[in-house]
Amino acid sequence: MSTHLGMPLMYYQVGSFAVGNRLVDPDLRSEQARPDRAASLTKGHRACRGCGEALGARYVLDTAMRATGGRMVTVNATGCLEVFSTPFPETSWRVAWLHSLFGNAPAVASGAAAGLRALGTDVRVVAQGGDGGTVDIGLGCLSGMFERDDDVLYVCYDNGGYMNTGVQRSGATPPAARTTTTQPVGHSYGHAFGQGKDAPRIALAHEIPYVATATVADLRDLEAKVERAMSLRGARYLHVLVPCPLGWGTAPHETVRIARLATESGFFPVFEGERGRVTTVRRIRHRVPVEEYLRPQGRYAHLFTPHRREDVLGRLQQIADANVERYGLAAPAAAISTAGGGPDGHGEVP
Amino acid sequence: MLRQREGSAAVALAVARCRPQVVCAYPISPQTHIVEEVSRLVAAGELTCEFLTMDSETSAMSGVIGASAVGVRSWTATASQGLLHMSEAVHNAAGLGLPIVMTVANRAIGAPINIWNDHSDSMSQRDAGWVHLHAASNQEAVDLHLQAFRLAESLSVPVMVCMDGFVLTHATEPVDVPEQGVVDAFLPPFVPRQRLDPEAPVSIGAMVGPEAFTEVRYLGDRQLRRALEEVPRVADELARHLGRHSAGLVQPYRTDDADVVLVGLGSVMGTVRDVVDTERDAGRRAGALTVTTYRPFPAAAVAGAVPPGARVLVIERSLAPGSSGPVTADVREALVGRDAALHTVVAGLGGRPVTSRALAELLARERSGLLDGTTFLDLRSDVVAHEVGRPA
Repeated sequence: MSTHLGMPLMYYQVGSFAVGNRLVDPDLRSEQARPDRAASLTKGHRACRGCGEALGARYVLDTAMRATGGRMVTVNATGCLEVFSTPFPETSWRVAWLHSLFGNAPAVASGAAAGLRALGTDVRVVAQGGDGGTVDIGLGCLSGMFERDDDVLYVCYDNGGYMNTGVQRSGATPPAARTTTTQPVGHSYGHAFGQGKDAPRIALAHEIPYVATATVADLRDLEAKVERAMSLRGARYLHVLVPCPLGWGTAPHETVRIARLATESGFFPVFEGERGRVTTVRRIRHRVPVEEYLRPQGRYAHLFTPHRREDVLGRLQQIADANVERYGLAAPAAAISTAGGGPDGHGEVP
Repeated sequence: MLRQREGSAAVALAVARCRPQVVCAYPISPQTHIVEEVSRLVAAGELTCEFLTMDSETSAMSGVIGASAVGVRSWTATASQGLLHMSEAVHNAAGLGLPIVMTVANRAIGAPINIWNDHSDSMSQRDAGWVHLHAASNQEAVDLHLQAFRLAESLSVPVMVCMDGFVLTHATEPVDVPEQGVVDAFLPPFVPRQRLDPEAPVSIGAMVGPEAFTEVRYLGDRQLRRALEEVPRVADELARHLGRHSAGLVQPYRTDDADVVLVGLGSVMGTVRDVVDTERDAGRRAGALTVTTYRPFPAAAVAGAVPPGARVLVIERSLAPGSSGPVTADVREALVGRDAALHTVVAGLGGRPVTSRALAELLARERSGLLDGTTFLDLRSDVVAHEVGRPA
């Protein structure tokens, strides 16, 4: 990668945090740096301060709008994103947008894609929902959409719980997290350790054209994945970790940092896969103990006070370790900054 | 042209000739033959449409919601548990004002599980905001589907066409399915009132709070009630194309001078008409009133068809536990102010045949003043006696 002056770009100039870097060739800048961006989710909405979902959705949809030349429609599950964006008679959407129900967004998107195909248009479909709408109540029809390989990009904004209804536990809630239905009282340490419901791997098992995870800590990476997804046809799945200051008990200005700690600790693995195979992973630059990710979050406060829950912390660290092992997230620093890894720290999986 | 056809095959062909652009299907008895035949017509190239086999009935209804929202003619079919499964989306389709047409092959609801015919399924969706049309024969089922697409698209309201499971869906009888040219002349291509379009982006399905929700519901109800004018108009127009009259709001039979009228929905009314003929032959003034359009309820048409002073027996093909039957409440409201007796007869639950003999006996008991407010036709008292006799 080089500047338009032909000079090689250093990692710190284009790294994952670069958004509007003027040294970077315009085509390589974030969609958000472009004055003609779609502003798909525009001002005036009622998301909380520091909302990771609003941030993620803006980047996802603007990139998808660029990739399709504006020829797309969106389908939204019930949830925060729907509620905060469309209090009648207002709307913050500048894209064609449909909300039907909580658990049916993938099926509605399948039908919309079929209808657009019947009309003979080139208009694409992007569907989106939160983790409750995706991994719990909508999982059946999401799987159906995958199995039929309908031409839909489905984006799950995962904040690990039913935040819209008041922070209840979902199938994507991590172990030990406090929610309003997994309260750390008595002998409870919060949400139980279970098998978890790993939606990206479930998606991968359908051998659909494209599956990826991302976070709002690395927005250029998120954009690149949306671009890649929209360059393909068929069922595609994008799972984006979006911290929720309200539900996680984090400071609004910490959203991006918390998301970064999720990946840097290995607790949330960032990868891409195609047709059932993991193809690239986001390697960890500066690995941190999972405790660094947990400590700033009120939903884990009970692991530190009044008594430090070493046992629980150890099990959470094991989850991160297992992710690092499974996806090969640990890589020598040299491999990240030079050959193979590329400037964004991506590495091909052998 | 009249041809021997199975009801399901006739309806499938009629649906195909209405040229739906997206069909979403999920199998449930006794709807299966209909979607099987539509899938065959698509595979054979006789119908050009996107045929989606979904993962549940909720997905089937959701799929046609998405398709209808992008502006294409959309159809699905279900029955019984399937209709209950998709119930949330059934209400949603009406709230969004999407002109979806759905065939309901009426079947009982479990538990106990029962695959045979009654009207419990569609009655459970009575207040979802759809137009409900009930076919009394397979010919009517065919003709109602043509009308359903016209109604749905002219009003931007979803329409369900109810046909009795097995009794109609699996019955073979002479049926005329209008030729493609006739259907095309009657049913123009779908022009959506509003659709998801990147060229003119709109937000559909916004959150509405207390300040406007009542108004949205008021307007939806008003729009649904417009079907009371539109149904006769569309039925008359189809009659001009076909040379036969089909359906409408209600179909009175020998009611003009009747002193007792049996009111009901669906195929049972064929038997009821036979009983009326027998009664008339015996010099008794019986009449029958078939309610074809159940929602919106044609109260004025019902009141107009029941002569003043006539006693009324409502034949209910479903039960409203703890009350009587859903149709009774509507008929009672339509006839409010009259002092003539009104009885509820719960008949044919879970596929039990409603025989002319049982109906004749019923009328005899009614004449003798022996009928209770609510009667279960052919109730096997020996079966229930044991349980009824047990200490509570």
